[in-house]
Amino acid sequence: MNEFVRATLETVYMVFASSFISVIVGLPLGVLLILTRPEGLRPKPHLYRVLDVVINVLRSIPFLILMIVVFPLSRLLVGRATGTTATIVPLAITASPFVARIMEQGFLEVDYGVLEAGLACGAKVSQLVRTVLIPEALPALVNGVTITIINIIGNSAMAGAIGGGGLGDLAIRYGLYRRNSFNLLVAVAITIALVQIVQFLGRLIENSLRRDGTSTAL
Amino acid sequence: MCVIRVENLKKSFLLDKTVIHAVNDVSFSVKEGEVFGLIGLSGAGKSTLVRCLNLLERPDSGEIWFDGLNLVEQDDSVLREKRCRMGIIFQHFNLFMRKTVWENVAYPLRIAGKRTKELAPRVDELLDYIGLSAHAKSYPAELSGGQQQRVGIARALAMSPRLLLSDEATSALDPVNTELVLSMLKKVVEDLGIAVVLITHQMEVAKALCDRIAVMEHGRIIEENTVEELFLRPRHPVTRHMIRGFDEDMPLAHLTELTSAPVYRLGFRSHSVTRPLISDISRRFNVDANILAGNINALVGGDVGYLVVSFEGEEDAVRGALNSLYEDGVEILKLDPANGFNNGDGINVKEVVR
Repeated sequence: MNEFVRATLETVYMVFASSFISVIVGLPLGVLLILTRPEGLRPKPHLYRVLDVVINVLRSIPFLILMIVVFPLSRLLVGRATGTTATIVPLAITASPFVARIMEQGFLEVDYGVLEAGLACGAKVSQLVRTVLIPEALPALVNGVTITIINIIGNSAMAGAIGGGGLGDLAIRYGLYRRNSFNLLVAVAITIALVQIVQFLGRLIENSLRRDGTSTAL
Repeated sequence: MCVIRVENLKKSFLLDKTVIHAVNDVSFSVKEGEVFGLIGLSGAGKSTLVRCLNLLERPDSGEIWFDGLNLVEQDDSVLREKRCRMGIIFQHFNLFMRKTVWENVAYPLRIAGKRTKELAPRVDELLDYIGLSAHAKSYPAELSGGQQQRVGIARALAMSPRLLLSDEATSALDPVNTELVLSMLKKVVEDLGIAVVLITHQMEVAKALCDRIAVMEHGRIIEENTVEELFLRPRHPVTRHMIRGFDEDMPLAHLTELTSAPVYRLGFRSHSVTRPLISDISRRFNVDANILAGNINALVGGDVGYLVVSFEGEEDAVRGALNSLYEDGVEILKLDPANGFNNGDGINVKEVVR
């Protein structure tokens, strides 16, 4: 198989898998954050404070360092520390707190009055999250996921530098080390194209979900 | 029978290290089919009070009796059940922007566990009632403010509540839409005979709908009366201010400075509002009546009017004229800036005449 096709598929696989995991972890965390905020529906200031600090700490560790730190964890989970599948672990670990934060921001876009209207209709908080909070915030959540995927594409390219596979790996080994600027440029071009496609699709979905007459230019 | 009875309700907030008594020892009750207005200027505590009624805000102390239960003492599950027997409409409508009009109205029924098939006839009926059947599949953002508020009303009525809470429901609307929403609310009251607690800062909204009005200031009810009595005998300066506020006529203090003669506020009941009482006493007692301000207000219970008048003439003649007016059922307040209308109490004619 062509090296470029293989590398692209690896990148898509890494990005897709780690995005998926980070949303699975980050969305409930985001809900927890919005509910436990001091002015939230279930205020738990201490819990919120702890989560807040943990998320900030995780988000401030540079990806390259985190990757090395979690080598043992990757080895434990997927049997090895390098390679495409192993790289999913650090990618998901960096992205999850980011998703949590960005979901919290998305939920903040929902007018508190609308949540109160749901409560006044007799909804439980759990029902409210399912039937009002998430549906009303959906366009913002989609936007958040788009940003997350693009970030992960960037990080996955970096992961290539220490044996993560994918387009970053290809750009470094075939482009940089062999001084082949054509290979380097193609790898970069494919990465840019991936980002553009994700951004375009993200906007498209977000706009189709907006019902308030506002939409972002594609 | 009372639909809701509130006893000694209190709610305070801590704002910048100072305690704000948003609701300070408020008691009132609303009978079946009655429209009870809570009126006051911004910051008087009206919205906090209404949000305490369905416990969106938990009061610090006091009792809220509804459906035979003191809501303050109930656990969450009972509370949720009672909440939907108490519909609420909001200033900014608070519709679900990503649900269709139909789904907005269906929402309380869905929360109550009804299936689409069961709830559909009720939702269709409600949309028909508010005249928005054609917009069932529209999203709220595609509707005008007035239409959105009608959807809000339909949503509030979905569970056939016994009580409707209206929190500044027309404040965000232009005059035309205000009129439309008011007539919608009037229709609801007439058709369903449901009790309403109506919060507003607009006296023209209150007078269009209410049977009884409580005026709030600094978290307290400072005056409460039937609408007619309130317009005839507004005791508190804030009340007088609010009654006059919407005529945009001169401040009472200014009126009393126009003339050196004593100034009176004459309140006319519906039966005397159209009688030529002033020209009558003017002739009979040989006093000159100088009319400084006046208005007629159409209320739910009939029309009431008021005139601000200064009388010039012999002291005895003026006294006789006032007595005659008093006997004709006119409510008389002496507007005395030095010691009359700023302390909150009007002076009854008996004291004036004596």
